[in-house]
Amino acid sequence: MFEALGNKLQDILDRVGRESKLTEKQVKEAMREIRMALLEADVNFTVAKDFVARVTEKAVGQEVQGSLTAGQTVVKLVHDELIQTLGGEAKQPTLSNEGNVFFLVGLQGAGKTTSAGKLAAHYKSKGRRVLLVAADTQRPAARDQLEVLARQVGVPVLKVNDHETPQETKRRLDEFLKTDFRDLVIVDTAGRLQIDEALMDQLAALQTELQPTETLLVVDAMTGQEALNVARVFDERVHLSGLIITKMDGDARGGAALSARSVTGKPIYFAGVSEKLTGLEPFYPDRVAGRILGMGDVLGLIERAQQADLKAMEVKKPGDFDLEDLLVQLRQIRKMGPLGDLLKLIPGMSRALPEGFNIDEKQLQRIDAMISSMTIKERRNPKIIDGRRRKRIAAGSGSTVQDINRLLKMHEQMKEMMKVLQRLSGPGGLGKGMKPPRMPPMPPGMKR
Amino acid sequence: MSWLDRLRQGLSKTRQQFQDAAGDLGTDLQETLTRLDSIEDLEYALIAADVGRAATEEILADIRKSGKSNLQDALMEALTLQLEPDRRRAQFRQLGFTPDARRTVVDPRGHVVMVVGVNGVGKTTTIAKLGEYYLGRGKSVMFAAGDTFRAAAGAQLGVWGERLGIPVVGGPEGGDPAAVAYDAAAARAARGTDLLFVDTAGRLHTKHNLMEELKKVRRVIDKADPGEPADVWLVLDAVTGQNGLAQAKKFHEATPLTGVIVTKLDGTAKGGILIPIVRELGVPIKFIGVGEGAHDLQPFDPQAFVRALFDVEVPRD
Repeated sequence: MFEALGNKLQDILDRVGRESKLTEKQVKEAMREIRMALLEADVNFTVAKDFVARVTEKAVGQEVQGSLTAGQTVVKLVHDELIQTLGGEAKQPTLSNEGNVFFLVGLQGAGKTTSAGKLAAHYKSKGRRVLLVAADTQRPAARDQLEVLARQVGVPVLKVNDHETPQETKRRLDEFLKTDFRDLVIVDTAGRLQIDEALMDQLAALQTELQPTETLLVVDAMTGQEALNVARVFDERVHLSGLIITKMDGDARGGAALSARSVTGKPIYFAGVSEKLTGLEPFYPDRVAGRILGMGDVLGLIERAQQADLKAMEVKKPGDFDLEDLLVQLRQIRKMGPLGDLLKLIPGMSRALPEGFNIDEKQLQRIDAMISSMTIKERRNPKIIDGRRRKRIAAGSGSTVQDINRLLKMHEQMKEMMKVLQRLSGPGGLGKGMKPPRMPPMPPGMKR
Repeated sequence: MSWLDRLRQGLSKTRQQFQDAAGDLGTDLQETLTRLDSIEDLEYALIAADVGRAATEEILADIRKSGKSNLQDALMEALTLQLEPDRRRAQFRQLGFTPDARRTVVDPRGHVVMVVGVNGVGKTTTIAKLGEYYLGRGKSVMFAAGDTFRAAAGAQLGVWGERLGIPVVGGPEGGDPAAVAYDAAAARAARGTDLLFVDTAGRLHTKHNLMEELKKVRRVIDKADPGEPADVWLVLDAVTGQNGLAQAKKFHEATPLTGVIVTKLDGTAKGGILIPIVRELGVPIKFIGVGEGAHDLQPFDPQAFVRALFDVEVPRD
């Protein structure tokens, strides 16, 4: 999502050149471009102005460090400042043993209800006993939506009735908690515009009654300049304690995160990264700053690998890499998430790929189907696959003989390439068995 | 209250912020242009309204060569031009003609309107408002609850259908949205209903597979009712920043758009993203939503919009 901004900054900074000391003129020029890039990324203009002012102050007269070029020095300064602006260290809500109440607030359509469901799933997996409270009485069927999510997560839900007073809600909640112990209550409120006085009063009244331990503002990553006002007014009216940024899996550059964080000074706890209930990740300022600058996110990549529980493959000679190995690796990698997303986590990759680059996951599935239609013997020794076998495999996997030919050829080329690579890098390298297979020269369905 | 007043009220916040950022807009144009910092302020003001960098530069260029003495007039003219999707009409405007000062009436071209957009922009709510708008104009209306993904989305449209007395064709949760669309389109053709609005699940425009699904829904409607959907409208949240343009482009690629509806313009300071969208895609803005009520969904007229933005009295006829 942040790649576009990263690319831009990188282009600008490449132009700064390889001087040993940064002159004021160079810095000024770069900073003007950075400011524009930040604005294009929807960072609020006052935030962008301040940001640039802070970086400029540090950059002018800065000695270029050691082996770094001037451009790299500026990248480092901008990177550090971005981390600071995004909150420095990653933070998570602190929970006590009992009586935790989360209050989710935000504009309509920011993703509160979905985030409530995701939070419930997240904390349930951490051993919490979660209760969801559906307090969105405005949008038709919003409470039903939360009920469905609660069922999927496997937690109970308490629905607030129409026109119920906050006092009544509190009473019903206490009653519920008496019969069924819950140590974390997550309240999903109705979306509202920050300028709607009446609704904001209602929200404040409910908050006073329920006394939440955390009041979380849910912010859409695609929000424009307005993000700053939204965050500021919500903070003034209901005193936020943290932020959740949603829809980070789109291509929004996410300047809203920067704006909201810097105006409230409250930590961004989580980022929503998919429509699924598991699509909620802790927000790491350093990683996101790295992504903004197109530095990739190696930590994120490793984390995904750990989650996917990749099995190390026995080390083989490249010449022995057969179709069975290819299938195993393909499946393991797909477990880590869409390949397109993974590629973007690799440092430098987001710049190397054309904009709008996409990998058709279906093509990978087709390869899977083709190999699955082969016998183990064929997979281990592809040389035995003759014309008749090809026909059978094609029929079995719903593809054509040409597809099979292409797959076999691709596999041959991969083997060749792995041999070359091994000669270049020597043994060891990047974690045993974790080395992703090189993308074949015939890219299966990669398209712009 | 007339809708213009409502619009003006709804946009008052935008105007206020604009003036805060750019200074008094009644100032002399020539003087403004000679002072570098005020040009930069103006640039900031436009960008702060989510107008985007490219459009901002074009607007500033237009202002420079406008020859008007008053900054506000020049700015209003430049903005109106940006919002005119038709190049020829834009040229007419430049020559001083005003092609349609009157409020526009939006009539769908065919019988089926597909409504698309990313998550949380207000597609379902907008469909309900559209239903009420066209019911009020004497049309018979049907809904298709094509959002089978989000929990209880079908129920949400069902509640609206019940309130408005509009029949809703639905399907099971997690079912195939194309099947719902097919049933609904076939039912509409059989019953001879004037208009069918097909709701779709919100999807991020970067999700390849989901965009393919959208294409399928469109194809399937064409199968059930050849020539339809004649209209595909994109719903866009007014708080969206520059990503709105990326959204519009990707949706336009998948299912060619015939119109854009901008929602939630009342609470936001912005809505400037309208400008790059019209400018780049040439897709007209059909409706804007300036409030929660059903009557707050209004046909869009660029000139009236810009005038309301600057709180200028619109000549009534």
